[in-house]
Amino acid sequence: MLRAVGATEIDELFESVPEAVRLGRPLDLPDGLTEMETAFALRALADANTPATALVSFAGAGCYDHYVPAIVDHVIRRPEFFTAYTPYQPEVSQGTLQNIYEFQTMICELTGMDVANASMYDGATAFVEAALMASRVTKRHKVVVAGSVHPEWRVVLRTYAASGNIEVVTCPVADGTVAVAAAAALMDDSTAALLVSSPNFLGHLEDLAALGEVAHAAGALFVVSVNPILSGVLEPPSSFGADIVVGEGQPLGNPMSLGGPGLGFFACRDAHLRQLPGRIVGRTVDVDGRGAFVLTMQTREQHIRRERATSNICSNHALNALAAAVYLSAVGVEGLAGVGRACVAKAHYLRDALLSTGTFDAPYSAPFAHEFALRYKGDPSVMHSEMLGRGFLAGVDLGTIDPGMDGLVLFAVTEKRTMAEMDAFVGEVASL
Amino acid sequence: MTAEDARFPKGAPARGPRALIFETGSPESRCVLAPELDVPDVSLDTALAGCARVQAPALPHVTEGEIARHYHHLASMNFGVDSGSYPLGSCTMKYNPRLNEDVCRLEGFAGLHPYQPVGTIQGALELMVGLADALAEITGLPGVTLQPAAGAHGEFTAMMMFRAYHAAKGDVRKRIVIPDAAHGTNPASVAMAGYEVTTIASDANGAVDLDALKAALDTDVAAFMLTNPNTLGLFDPNIVAITEAVHAVGALAYCDGANMNAIMGKARPGDMGFDAMHINLHKTFSTPHGGGGPGAGPVCVTAALTPFLPGPLPVRLDDGTFSVGWTDRSIGRVRSSFGNFGVFVRAYAYILALGGDGLRAASEQAVLSANYMKEKLKGTYPLPYDRPCMHEFVLSGSRLRKEHGVHTLDVAKRLLDYGMHPPTIYFPLLVDESIMFEPTETESLEDLDRMIDVMLTIAGEAASDPDLLHGAPYSTPVRRLDEARAVKQPDLRWRPSSAR
Repeated sequence: MLRAVGATEIDELFESVPEAVRLGRPLDLPDGLTEMETAFALRALADANTPATALVSFAGAGCYDHYVPAIVDHVIRRPEFFTAYTPYQPEVSQGTLQNIYEFQTMICELTGMDVANASMYDGATAFVEAALMASRVTKRHKVVVAGSVHPEWRVVLRTYAASGNIEVVTCPVADGTVAVAAAAALMDDSTAALLVSSPNFLGHLEDLAALGEVAHAAGALFVVSVNPILSGVLEPPSSFGADIVVGEGQPLGNPMSLGGPGLGFFACRDAHLRQLPGRIVGRTVDVDGRGAFVLTMQTREQHIRRERATSNICSNHALNALAAAVYLSAVGVEGLAGVGRACVAKAHYLRDALLSTGTFDAPYSAPFAHEFALRYKGDPSVMHSEMLGRGFLAGVDLGTIDPGMDGLVLFAVTEKRTMAEMDAFVGEVASL
Repeated sequence: MTAEDARFPKGAPARGPRALIFETGSPESRCVLAPELDVPDVSLDTALAGCARVQAPALPHVTEGEIARHYHHLASMNFGVDSGSYPLGSCTMKYNPRLNEDVCRLEGFAGLHPYQPVGTIQGALELMVGLADALAEITGLPGVTLQPAAGAHGEFTAMMMFRAYHAAKGDVRKRIVIPDAAHGTNPASVAMAGYEVTTIASDANGAVDLDALKAALDTDVAAFMLTNPNTLGLFDPNIVAITEAVHAVGALAYCDGANMNAIMGKARPGDMGFDAMHINLHKTFSTPHGGGGPGAGPVCVTAALTPFLPGPLPVRLDDGTFSVGWTDRSIGRVRSSFGNFGVFVRAYAYILALGGDGLRAASEQAVLSANYMKEKLKGTYPLPYDRPCMHEFVLSGSRLRKEHGVHTLDVAKRLLDYGMHPPTIYFPLLVDESIMFEPTETESLEDLDRMIDVMLTIAGEAASDPDLLHGAPYSTPVRRLDEARAVKQPDLRWRPSSAR
């Protein structure tokens, strides 16, 4: 090959690299490993962790341990899916494209919205994109975000807002939910959106009907984040006037994987389609009149519109969206409702049982779905590590996330937890 | 039914479109059953404060077998790296090692919750520290955040760090300079970071026009963004003068790392004077593209920018254990948790397997393969910038258009009939009818020769039967699509009302 290119040694091909910037030494990295050695090295690192899935875990706070049907991983391990690029050549990408069209439909069905995109990075970035889109739609600069939204998501929103493209105002919280009157007081004719999450970070359901009215009374868009695993049991945000619905889709068929990759989803009303960020797939026909799918409305996107694009997003989380679509197909309507019902029933059971031990207080009375916060009467970090030694991941010690929430423990219950596990947990906690 | 369709009896192996999953199965079909409740049931309407769902969403009714067949059919209509050569320029479609797909699924990785105590995720933290250290060595830039989810996300992250860096010095700057050959994400990321874009033209060699750059630079410029090697596959010989000129006005130099696969172990952006860059783990470090993602776009920066890195950062403590830290002037977070951890596991396995010498050898082979193809094709397809290329090169389809009325799009579509994915086309815009090849190091000589043969054959077809190319492809599950109709009559979802 060197002869064919008229060279005698490989470095001749690198002559355009100025001498001054050539590395001139080997990289200071270990020698390569055989496949077996690599497998052992990675196995050793994996074994140095104690995964939540090997414990009786009540950790949630945005990342959830749900059962994933076996078929999901078998589908996403098909190399035709996972080794393919973005479907820019539709004639040989109908598999990816049809799946995205089906995924868009499923997200619309879960959220009650008209149109959804092909996916975003995660819930937090989808949430920020919703704020930016609301600003474009309304040509207004300020967004009001509920203080009950996930603290990490609010940090992400603030980080993006340092661009100056939007201004973020945080709405106070009362009894673990948005104070509606306070939200109303913050809205004015420069407000692009009211952004809330329901269930919120503490697991509580917000008064979406009232908040939607507050948003619309100010001429702002109403942005709601939901947990899609609950979409079989909770009324969709469209019923409360939501204009944009986003969320973290990890609970749908994706492993926790230390919080990434997740799956951001994004849905809105038809009227705002032209301001939607990210890829969209549409159905059309080919020259033979056969139904076929293609990336469409691309004049919104960065590769066409450059600095005037609706977003800079290019890579998205298509394979996670595929996992979510297979998951939703596998569980179906009844399965999704069944999972949701099990989570809600079990969470309510656990909360009652924990309160009955007398070692916890209930700081909030707001309604919740499958996640709730209690105040531990002792030191939560001691309780947490004691229970870890007994095989339990005792929820999330909220003081480690936000010192303002010191003393609170957030418990999430998925369908994987059994009554026996919960009873054992409650007994052990009470005995500390 | 046309005569042609009659060749395929009902029940012949599927090759065309398939019914939607919503139109598959029957109302009785079930796959996974809802779990039995082992706790007392609750009234959803009471528990959910009157917000229990009234109308169920329309989801598919299918059995596991029907799911398997549906997605098998969809898979059969897709083309991946395993299907054949995939020389998509600037995308680095290298082979995705299977071990990496296995190890990322180990329960000790996939089963981790992001809020587990650090004592229970020591292996994960060690892996992330090891990956960050390796990227720092490969790029020559010591500060690393793994958090960004993709290349564009990394660009945005770096621009926000630049903003914080300048602001910390009380320096307000408004513009970022970008060459016209840049990827579209560059200007889009700049706008998202609240900066204005100033575009400069490339010079006659396809490199940065130093005079144009210097004319655009002043103390209002926050940064200059450059892909190096650039989108023509050429290493900019003036790179040191470029970064010096940028620094002379107090601006920062950013490297779009999309083309890092050309220079691993050969040259480091940090040594070229770049202050920051992103790495596409899904390009250079062999993690799969997933049909559009997930990828990961870690950002590597100089020591001066390190205090502004987003958090949380995995760190190695003096006692050899691992923890999580924040820098004192962190810009915050650009997403939830640590980043796309599952992608990190794959990339780290790749780096361990190749080692330092293996990474250098990968880049050398990628560059050799590109030059080999370039030399064999440039007699037939004009090569506007004729000098040794890095890992990719850009041909022009202009001669075929002038002589035979055949466009680059026609060539690309005809390639599909030969079982090959087309290169990137119509980018960069600098080249008329551009055809951008990036073969990667994982294509064998036999693969390269076949791609060359196919390209030469198609040039012959263009001369002898241009309409054959205008009508291509013929052998794909669907043929050319009516994209205008997709825009004019948006059909972006299935609706239950349109069901059988």
